[in-house]
Amino acid sequence: MSSTPIDQRSTARDSAVFPPTTPKRRPYRTARLGPVLVFVGPFAVMFITFYLVPIGYAIWKSLLVVEREGTFGTATEVFGGLTQYIRVFENEVFWQSAGRVLLFGIVQVPVMIGLALLFALLLDSPILSGKRFFRLAFFVPYAVPGVIAAIMWGFLYSPRLSPFTAVTSQVDLLSADFVLWSIANVVTWVFVGYNMLIIYSTLLSIPPDLYEAARLDGAGQFRMAWSIKIPLVRPSLVLTAVLSIIGTLQLLAEPQTFRAFSSAVTSTFTPNMTIYATSSIPNVPLAAAMSVVLALATFILSFTFLRITRRKATL
Amino acid sequence: MRAEENTREVGAPEADGSAPRPRRRADSVPARGPRKGRIPRAGAFVVMTMFTLYFLTPIWWLVVASTKSRGDLFSTNPLWFADVNFVENLSGLLAYRDGVYLRWLLNSALYAGVGAVVATVLSGMCGYALAKYRFRGREMIFNVVLGGVLVPATALALPLFLLFSQVELTDTFWAVFLPSVVSPFGVYLSRVFAEASVPDELLEASRLDGSGEVRTFFTISIRLMFPALVTVFLFQFVSIWNNFFLPLIMLRSEELFPVTYGLYAWNSTINQFPELRTYVLIGSLISIVPLIIVFLLLQRFWRNGLGAGALK
Repeated sequence: MSSTPIDQRSTARDSAVFPPTTPKRRPYRTARLGPVLVFVGPFAVMFITFYLVPIGYAIWKSLLVVEREGTFGTATEVFGGLTQYIRVFENEVFWQSAGRVLLFGIVQVPVMIGLALLFALLLDSPILSGKRFFRLAFFVPYAVPGVIAAIMWGFLYSPRLSPFTAVTSQVDLLSADFVLWSIANVVTWVFVGYNMLIIYSTLLSIPPDLYEAARLDGAGQFRMAWSIKIPLVRPSLVLTAVLSIIGTLQLLAEPQTFRAFSSAVTSTFTPNMTIYATSSIPNVPLAAAMSVVLALATFILSFTFLRITRRKATL
Repeated sequence: MRAEENTREVGAPEADGSAPRPRRRADSVPARGPRKGRIPRAGAFVVMTMFTLYFLTPIWWLVVASTKSRGDLFSTNPLWFADVNFVENLSGLLAYRDGVYLRWLLNSALYAGVGAVVATVLSGMCGYALAKYRFRGREMIFNVVLGGVLVPATALALPLFLLFSQVELTDTFWAVFLPSVVSPFGVYLSRVFAEASVPDELLEASRLDGSGEVRTFFTISIRLMFPALVTVFLFQFVSIWNNFFLPLIMLRSEELFPVTYGLYAWNSTINQFPELRTYVLIGSLISIVPLIIVFLLLQRFWRNGLGAGALK
């Protein structure tokens, strides 16, 4: 490849500004500081201020203990080491709420991802007509914020207002026995379409030649779905599952809204609600410690799930 | 994007240019024969239609309920209109408590609309730089940002509250707005997209023309990155609009509420103020209209962006 005049010019600039050891045609050279600061700086400042500093400050706060001189003395916060964390682990209410969301997750996440997969497969198959309509209709609930969806369904569950009186007259969907699953229905209603689209867009990227070959081998739609499509959408199944697990552990908006409809939803129904209730007492160090524990638990659970699914893939 | 039906071109030449192999009709046309295909097709259609009812009936119910007066709400068929009171309900809503609902809509527009624009610009610039420039600490920054992607907004609400209380800035507009302009996911998406769609040769040429890096970004690179930036905007807009824990824990003053939080607050006091039942319903309907419009207008970008994000 002969040098063009442009190459020669850029080489000359290279040697003038940078050490001559840099090769002639690198994809990009080590950048000057100025432009990089302009691009990265604003985001970095905001990220540090509103992500890293708060997290650090919360961890710091969680290491403090409130000491009071006598019942009515001034409260001072003193370094207490892991005292708050011990209190978190002894806190029955917190672990009850954690157990509740885990139960919620074990049922709701597979049901929701299963439905999303079914819908995505149906959308991708030739046996369905009116695809564009269904794709849009199924996605509309995602445009409804969780709070609004919870308000809507709260009314729909109320016997006096509900159009589904056949169900609401027999079963109290807002009672302690059912309210957790009534909330699960709201979450599923909002997010199935979103998860369906993630899986569906992965299905669209599968090369058609695979289907061609399968069809030549005599495979029908069902067989193709089972043996080709489902294995190939594994990454998006894992993605949607992880997102759902994280969302389940962080559940707050829907149950908090349901408190207005059902007395069975306590102020400490989910871990985040417990954190909010604790910080309102105010017992800030304990709330901060709970926050850290919840964040760590979320991270560990997601990470473990990713590891398990990755290990299966390599078998 | 490939065709939705599994059809293949009949008669297309082979890869090496030779004459097309005669293809059986079954190869290139989906199995849609009368006897074989009818039951599965009907079954699929029925299933999807049932679920369409499941997804759309609550919204339909909301539309119908918003048109009803208080009495009609309890006494008439929930799924069909009675006396259409929509205008009365709407004017009642907008006048209630000195038009606080309109204030809430404005707040949401500021928090989510302006917030998402700022977030897109900030994360677009950062992702672009991470993709197109090599500098010391680049990978470290990217990994820290990726860690940030994994932190859900609810996990940050309490720490942010602690921080803002320390500087006594809770219950202010900035308490909700400022944290909303940080979008680590936006940086990730921008970086991936910039790497793929902004050619280095273009940047070289621009540099040789004497254009500064920042100017190049705003004149050329932004246009190339546009679909990703729209996706980032949409994602952040929805994220901010839906954020519940942050306004819950930060805000006390009614005039600062975003519309979702305001409706939640009204809904919680329906027992004391029964007239709020109507306003919560019509308020909820009005509040989801902007979101549905945004979704419909930008669904083209949204679909592409979701695909790219999911595969990575």
